[in-house]
Amino acid sequence: MPVRIGLPKGRLLAGTATLLEKAGWGLTDYHERTRYYRLQSSRFPDLSAKIFHEKDIPIQVAIGNYDLGICGLDWVAELMAKYPSSGLVKIRELGYGESVLYLVASKAEAVPMAEMQAKSDIIRIASEYPNLAESFALKLRLRRFCIFPIWGAAEVYPPENADLVLISGRTGEEIFNHHLVAVTQVLGSTACLIANRDSWEAKDLSEVVASLEEALATMELAHPTGVDTAPTGEEYAPAPHGPHVISIALPDGHQQAPTQELLQTAGIQVRKYLPSGGSRRPASNLDGVRIKVVRPQDMPLQVANGHFDLAITGKDWLLEHLYQFPSSPVAELLDLKYGWVKIVAVVSKGQPATDRHTMKQLGARQGGLRVASEYVNVADKYARDNHLGIYRVIPTWGVTEAFLPEDADLLIENTQTGQTLARHNLKIVDTLFESTARLIANTDSLADPAKREKMTAIVEILRKATEAS
Amino acid sequence: MRVQKCKGSRDLSPAEMARFRTVESAFRAGCARWGYEEVRTPTLEYLHLFTSVGTLTPGMLGKVYSFLDWNGWSGERVVLRPDGTIPVARYYIEDRAEKAVARLCYVANVFMFEETGEKDRERWQCGAELIGVSSPLADAELIALAMEVLKKLDLKCLELRLSHAGLIRALISSLGLNDEEQTSVLDQILDGNIDVLARIRPGKPELARALASLLDLRGKAPGFLHNIKALFVRDMPQLVAPVDNFIATVDLLEMLGCDYQIDITSGRGFEYYTGVMFRILADGEHIGGGGRYDDLIPLMGGKKTPASGFALYVDRIMGKLAPETAKSQTPGVLVKVDATSPETVSTAMDIVRGLHEQGFVARLDLGEPTPDLGWTLDMTESPFVLANRLDKRRFTINNVADVLAVLGEEDARPNRSA
Repeated sequence: MPVRIGLPKGRLLAGTATLLEKAGWGLTDYHERTRYYRLQSSRFPDLSAKIFHEKDIPIQVAIGNYDLGICGLDWVAELMAKYPSSGLVKIRELGYGESVLYLVASKAEAVPMAEMQAKSDIIRIASEYPNLAESFALKLRLRRFCIFPIWGAAEVYPPENADLVLISGRTGEEIFNHHLVAVTQVLGSTACLIANRDSWEAKDLSEVVASLEEALATMELAHPTGVDTAPTGEEYAPAPHGPHVISIALPDGHQQAPTQELLQTAGIQVRKYLPSGGSRRPASNLDGVRIKVVRPQDMPLQVANGHFDLAITGKDWLLEHLYQFPSSPVAELLDLKYGWVKIVAVVSKGQPATDRHTMKQLGARQGGLRVASEYVNVADKYARDNHLGIYRVIPTWGVTEAFLPEDADLLIENTQTGQTLARHNLKIVDTLFESTARLIANTDSLADPAKREKMTAIVEILRKATEAS
Repeated sequence: MRVQKCKGSRDLSPAEMARFRTVESAFRAGCARWGYEEVRTPTLEYLHLFTSVGTLTPGMLGKVYSFLDWNGWSGERVVLRPDGTIPVARYYIEDRAEKAVARLCYVANVFMFEETGEKDRERWQCGAELIGVSSPLADAELIALAMEVLKKLDLKCLELRLSHAGLIRALISSLGLNDEEQTSVLDQILDGNIDVLARIRPGKPELARALASLLDLRGKAPGFLHNIKALFVRDMPQLVAPVDNFIATVDLLEMLGCDYQIDITSGRGFEYYTGVMFRILADGEHIGGGGRYDDLIPLMGGKKTPASGFALYVDRIMGKLAPETAKSQTPGVLVKVDATSPETVSTAMDIVRGLHEQGFVARLDLGEPTPDLGWTLDMTESPFVLANRLDKRRFTINNVADVLAVLGEEDARPNRSA
């Protein structure tokens, strides 16, 4: 009987690969630099494995696409916090990849929990774990709170952009800066083996599970204990603040290098901008400006809330935000021309669909389309606007191309050359829009006499630099 | 993929809607007699309206339908209202706070996730709130109103069970638990598990004895509460005030001639209640309840305002109504018309409109298999013929006046004879 398992990439990959090697699975291509997502086991011919972002695995197992999965307990808890009746069973902890979820506040503003509970102001909580954050806020009986779901870099949000962050502390990682303090520990986590409830109740998975048990018996297991929360990160220098200070968000990741280049052309010196020995709070030669480095995905929402006056993000993430919140007070000011990608609709090469019209028939034939995307609102709008009929949007956190054809029918994905897609036997059936880096602003800040002049000056410098390059 | 309704939701058929309206009408008529004004609050409210109260348990708030609105970039969530009282209290604070006494009532749906999908996730309530009065007389008025409505609906085997939130809170605080244990016990009771009280083993044996007598015994008269008071007065003096308050309400119910049972354990899930609480059962099923909530309005940021109220659960009451008597043949006219002749269609519409204006039922024959109206007007051929389906009498018709002349003879208007 075929057995399907979802395996993690990223931080749990090394530990999982060691375990599976000990268990003699013979998955030759399960390593950091693998170019394959589908793996076969030489020991268990019926076993097929697929590599996912860790966060996708509980969802894939819960909906029954996979019998088994290995991922961090934190992501299992995140799913169960919102969907307690989902079809997921936790089989056992695997003793590696330990981490601890902490509720963290800025040292300067941390207050005892009782005081927090009595507050009638809005308490802002930013986290990659929005469901856990919400259920914890309810458990604490916070009177009024807002959850900001974010893609990462939570540690840079307090105190200006969040009162609390729910954040994972992992051994060997530097998350606790000098200005952060853990208010409380929420959850200890290690890698764990999970199963789909129906599979676990009815299917014989014993050979596979037994091989893991044998391997684990020979390994030394760690237990999630508190991570050293002594300050290990950067020094925290108080940033300028006040009604006249302009707050700017700069991107990390792929957009970091071209953004750095543009700023240099514009004559803006940003010292210690990530990644080399860098900081998420770099200093600059601009007076009265505070800079933070965050994920481009998170910028539009943060700008909308006035946490930043200006930000550099992609058109794709701006539209993703505006499709969810059409009247959001975010304006696009400049096309910065770099970071070009196109957002496309993708199906498996084996599908007869060639354009959006034939895609409709695809959905009708199989009683519903599964649309996988990192851009859930863009995907949702695309399906709506094109009358794709009965469809479901499956949120993903990267390597979306691995979802076709078994776990989704249609992807909404970004691509530059289309080569990665072609390599995975996929074809583009539609182009939704093209995206480049954009300078965006909060419209209320633009209208604020205290900020307008300085903001306009920065925009002008960047406009000239863009035209020059 | 078959098109179907959402899990945990229900359709109300025409027959069920008729029962729904029967319950609603009885409730609204009762409220009008007692001077309650009807209000309707929005289906959507901010989540913080419910979290700010601070008394709804995490277990309950975790089942609320909440989402981000189209302008929800601030993370401020909205919910499908999970409760009827809190929105009415909000309305009072926003709009009626200057009134010393407000008698408000509502018919509203409330939404709460239920895991199995076997029970309804959307339920209908008829509720009444009496805001601004702290006297036991107000509680008695509400109970009298609720019981009056249920009696009008001919519900059988009604039971009224009384408890007291202040008494339960005082009891918990006198057990010598630490803060965390107290919160945990309270949360469990609020989530419906009152047995947790019985499992606590207080340090002092006399406390254990008193607790057991409170939880195990059921009373039928104020005497019961006087007995309890005598038992507690030395060891748990903080129980005296709530017991006295309880006695005052029960005395009034005695005067009103209400049958009731005092059952402290009926007070599970009391959320924001502070004083007397009541549950109404029909054939043993819980069909409504309410109580006093003096702290709710101040907790929500309003002035210190005492209040109490109740809600009747429409879905459950509908199931308990006596079956309707067999539907008699509806009086009225079924009009058969040749749809291809614009002239005849126009005349037919004139006749239908004329009949409607005079209060008769008249509808076009669109091919229903079994017409259930007493008269048929055949306009497919000239001359038009009006026929009685039972006694086969036939009349030639030219216009609406001719029809009215025939029907006027034996007035077939609905509700005419009733």
